[in-house]
Amino acid sequence: MDLNFSAEDIGFRHEVRAFIAGALPAATKTWMVAGKSPTKTMVVEWQRILNAKGWAVPEWPVEWGGPGWSAARKYIFREELQMAPAPSPLGFNVNMCGPVIIQFGTQAQKERFLPRMANVDDWWCQGFSEPGAGSDLAGLKCRAVRDGDEWVINGQKTWTTLAQHADWIFLLCRTDLAAKKQEGISFILCPMGLPGITVRPIITIEGGHEVNEVFFDDVRVPADMLVGEENKGWDCAKFLLGNERFGQARVGASRERIRRLKIIAREALDGGEPLINDPDFRRQVTEIEVELKALEMTVMRVIAADMKRHDGKPNPTTSVLKIKGTEIQQGVSELLMKAAGPYAWVDGDPDEEGSNEWDLAPDWAFGLAGTYFNWRKQSIYGGSNEIQRNIMAKAFLGL
Amino acid sequence: MDFDLTEDQSLLVDSVRRMLADQYGFEQRKTHMKSIEGWSTAMWSAYAEQGLLGLPFAEADGGFGGGLIDTCLIAEQMGRTLTLEPWFTTVVLGGGFLRRAAPELRAAMVPQVADGSLKLAFAQVERQSRYDLHDVATTARHEGAGWVVNGRKGMVLHGDSADRFFVTARHAGGPRDRGGIGVFLVDERHATVRGFRTVDGGRAAEVEFDQAPAVLIAEEGLPMVEAVVAEAIAALAFEAVGCMEMAHTMTLDYMKTRQQFGKPIGSFQALQHRAADMLVALEQARSMSFYAVQAAAETDADERRRGVAAVKVQVGRSGRLIGQQSIQLHGGIAMTMEYACGHYFKRLTMNDSLFGGADHHIRALADDGGLVQAA
Repeated sequence: MDLNFSAEDIGFRHEVRAFIAGALPAATKTWMVAGKSPTKTMVVEWQRILNAKGWAVPEWPVEWGGPGWSAARKYIFREELQMAPAPSPLGFNVNMCGPVIIQFGTQAQKERFLPRMANVDDWWCQGFSEPGAGSDLAGLKCRAVRDGDEWVINGQKTWTTLAQHADWIFLLCRTDLAAKKQEGISFILCPMGLPGITVRPIITIEGGHEVNEVFFDDVRVPADMLVGEENKGWDCAKFLLGNERFGQARVGASRERIRRLKIIAREALDGGEPLINDPDFRRQVTEIEVELKALEMTVMRVIAADMKRHDGKPNPTTSVLKIKGTEIQQGVSELLMKAAGPYAWVDGDPDEEGSNEWDLAPDWAFGLAGTYFNWRKQSIYGGSNEIQRNIMAKAFLGL
Repeated sequence: MDFDLTEDQSLLVDSVRRMLADQYGFEQRKTHMKSIEGWSTAMWSAYAEQGLLGLPFAEADGGFGGGLIDTCLIAEQMGRTLTLEPWFTTVVLGGGFLRRAAPELRAAMVPQVADGSLKLAFAQVERQSRYDLHDVATTARHEGAGWVVNGRKGMVLHGDSADRFFVTARHAGGPRDRGGIGVFLVDERHATVRGFRTVDGGRAAEVEFDQAPAVLIAEEGLPMVEAVVAEAIAALAFEAVGCMEMAHTMTLDYMKTRQQFGKPIGSFQALQHRAADMLVALEQARSMSFYAVQAAAETDADERRRGVAAVKVQVGRSGRLIGQQSIQLHGGIAMTMEYACGHYFKRLTMNDSLFGGADHHIRALADDGGLVQAA
């Protein structure tokens, strides 16, 4: 048993940190320190910088452009990006659809899509949820019917994150109505520019446009856009969701936000003193820090176990990471908002509207409430935290 | 980075586990508890034979050269079985001081500890001290060529079976000063001891020292006390994880067999989610117990103090949740003295409180700046 990173891994951490410090565009960093989601331009620009360095697709095999890092180095890299803070490589491309194509796709699909995914030449989005298929994902109804050399797609997807930026969508479609519900689903790739596709924005409670409804009306895609076998799409979905949960621990991101929180809590006053001097507030922060340390060690355990597994299957304890990771992020976002006190009340982003000439509130206060409201999504998406509990009860507890 | 056990560690865990499985079932434990000592002298000999009592001491001193992680792995097994013997007090606490004592003392005492003939205890708690290691009213002063200790210590775990006490006593400074606290070794013949049973089925004592001749271990002893307590907290974390895992497993087994409304209660989602939350709490505590081993070995005393405080918080919180929920999910049966579940709950409750509960440590850690440094 050796609970420390090796000297080489620590050296690697310094290398990554130095590279990010030198290469991350200053405007992107400032934007993200303020707690805002990076724009499409920022994500693409940064991922291309990473790709040129050979670091855009840490999870992929070397054959497809991966850097060949150990699980520990992948973790260090992810954490350093989050702590910088810098945009992470686009998850839909790099952590979701890419690995599915690598695992289940044909050689032609790999050659066609993977290099473009790594460089965000194509921006992908995820077509899983439907109005009637949320937690019960396998209850999805969007149909794909084979017609000669094509699939004809009809139906609706929803909660489609950043579909407004997307060039492609990966979809779960029902391809066999007669089969048991998990067994009649296929994983299909579809260009977003095809006739018959309509994207409608959904504005979330904080006022942002992240998610969309996507409608398919007799959309025709070539037959070779099927990934894996027909009616075996559920295997792809489970594989993808397992990978997704792993990424949701976001230990580095929470650490970065706690740092930010402590800086804000030194500036914000309460009772004439810095807020950080209030024992009750300090205690609430510390409670989360302890949870985060435990989560960090849990992530390390999962990584260490993964380094010894070569079956490519996601580790089942990822449900723990998802639940704790999202609870911690939500908790920090709530404390950040509380730290701003009444100055959390400003709606939207005054900088974008150019209306902050009156200095309405301290710069650090903007958007904190919005993030708090927006982050309530975290315990809902990627398999709600209740679904994670169902998975644990069934998969490990034998209940 | 590797969380797997080495081959030697696996062998150690397996042998301890097998011994305890054979000789320390819940019914056997009840018998041990009823003995005069309140624990089993036969098991104590068995631990000595297995090498558990000499494990953490250097080979040169007559020990087996084990590390903190080995001690912790044994603690986990002790937790799983709720053993009653003075292993923790003798080997982890007493042993912690002994390993840091002068070579002549180690040469004299380690072989006796290892063969089971010498039992140790740590006399620290005082009526006013609560969990503060530096709050010491017991005094020590020079007399003739040596030292004498005067004062009264409470909640001395296994104080009624100890042959020697490591005692914190003040020779200089005010009642809560960090300086002026010595660590002394006192023979039980020079102490007045009143033993009693603790809520977890163990033993403890009130110990009074009246002009007790004492051997000086460390004149400015607080750093040594903190180092020993940090190791003890790591061992307690593993012990707690052992208890939690057993309480959780028992609860799951019960949920699968107990029928109500015509089906196993484990088929109800509300209860499944509680069981899943217990698993999350268990995994977080287990992760933190690994961190405890790292933190206890930290050479920077401030870092170490923050680290072990965080361990106490997480392990305490997880233990409370798992302990309380294991009782709740069982229902009435777990309220009975006859059934093991409640005993795990009681041990977890006491484990949390040893060297300060989660509430004590969260405050200390918050006052200390927390774990994440603002850039």
